[in-house]
Amino acid sequence: MSEAIVRVQDLHKAYGSTEVLSGVSLEVNEGEVLVIIGPSGTGKSTLLRCINLLTRPDQGRVWLDGEEVTAPHADVNHIRERVGMVFQDFNLFNHLTALGNVMVGLTKVKRMPKQEAHELALFELERVGLQDKADLYPAQLSGGQKQRVAIARALGMDPRVMLFDEPTSALDPELIGEVLEVMKKLAREGMTMIVVTHEMGFAREVSNRMIFMEHGVIVEQGPPEQLFYCAEHPRTCEFLGKITELYGPRQREEE
Amino acid sequence: MDKLPDIVGSIPYLLEGAGYTVAITAVALAIGFCVGLPLALTRVYGDKLASSLAAAYSTALRGLPALVVLFILFYGLSSVISLPAFIAGCLALGVCSSAYQMELLRGAIQSVGPGQMMAARALGMPRLQAIAFIVLPQALRLAIPAWSNEAAVVLKDSSLVYAVGLAELLRRSQQVAARTYQPFLVYVLCAVIYFGLTFATNRSLDTVERAMRLPTPLEEMH
Repeated sequence: MSEAIVRVQDLHKAYGSTEVLSGVSLEVNEGEVLVIIGPSGTGKSTLLRCINLLTRPDQGRVWLDGEEVTAPHADVNHIRERVGMVFQDFNLFNHLTALGNVMVGLTKVKRMPKQEAHELALFELERVGLQDKADLYPAQLSGGQKQRVAIARALGMDPRVMLFDEPTSALDPELIGEVLEVMKKLAREGMTMIVVTHEMGFAREVSNRMIFMEHGVIVEQGPPEQLFYCAEHPRTCEFLGKITELYGPRQREEE
Repeated sequence: MDKLPDIVGSIPYLLEGAGYTVAITAVALAIGFCVGLPLALTRVYGDKLASSLAAAYSTALRGLPALVVLFILFYGLSSVISLPAFIAGCLALGVCSSAYQMELLRGAIQSVGPGQMMAARALGMPRLQAIAFIVLPQALRLAIPAWSNEAAVVLKDSSLVYAVGLAELLRRSQQVAARTYQPFLVYVLCAVIYFGLTFATNRSLDTVERAMRLPTPLEEMH
């Protein structure tokens, strides 16, 4: 129990009369890569946002590193520092260069001296292969580069866990690979990751565990081989079948 | 045309008046900004009550002629506090401008997009920090063209302060016109000075906007 980095217990969230999460519980251990799949509108993004309280759950509790995030007087900003988040549409700060995007959290939130922040930011950009783009603004970067800067920005804060909310869904097909490569590298380095994605190749290759969500609940979970080849729940088979059909050719190429 | 030397001789007097015009405009714009920005932020980020109070302030003031506000401040309050014409003018124009600046800043803040705030909060920034370092630097850039327009409006509206006796550009023009019996020439001269001021204001703000503009995508540069 103690090594769980993220623990979620009986999470409920409704928008108006639509219940998006109807009792989700999960645990993610150090170094684990958890992939969450499921049809759109089944609460996957909401689940991620409840973990760092960008969305406040109606009911249920969340722990990060043993500290309760949902406690009434929890220091939410301090907790968010330790949770890296990568969004579907990047959300890079448009008025800052790639370097500035990585530095701003370091200087403003961590109050790191400028020089030190500058060096660390360059290091993080190098980690995602973009040190030569440090002085470009988001508008001057391709989608894939933007997402890699967003990953560097999150990594700069030295997070305990990284949340990826469909990180490749807004990308042109030929740009997806570079982002997945960076994510695979992170996984190999032992980063704890929760990834909402439809990239089944990534899921199969990198994840330790997959969760299939539908209608606000976890329908099935297990190692990727189990979900891919002998899923117990018919809906899991059906969904994975459809997704694999859709994305199939590229995955065969990857293998 | 024997009055021409007299008019030419009055130019320094008129320009001194234009100095008041510029001063009133600058102070009024500053007041409008200092009041309008917090109101715009309240309107966008405040709770329901605060937001609707800000909206009510804007609706009320945008529904009043600046001259009426000026008269209320200058004459209406004279039994309570006697404000000098310059102060009353700056306050009246500033308060009126604050409502318009609030609206233009609100539009600029809202066009920044919720993702920017979300990403800032996800990094652990408190809300005020996210506003100061992420949202406002983008919103203020977007606001410059509309703000430039507002600056021109306030500059021209500063001529209203003439009505409470301040010797600004229009008042002095009237005096010179009366003395020289050349209203056409004098008022044209007055108009030229106003135009020059507005033109210079808009032009310099255009330059600021260009200097602050963020780079566009690379492919558009070719």
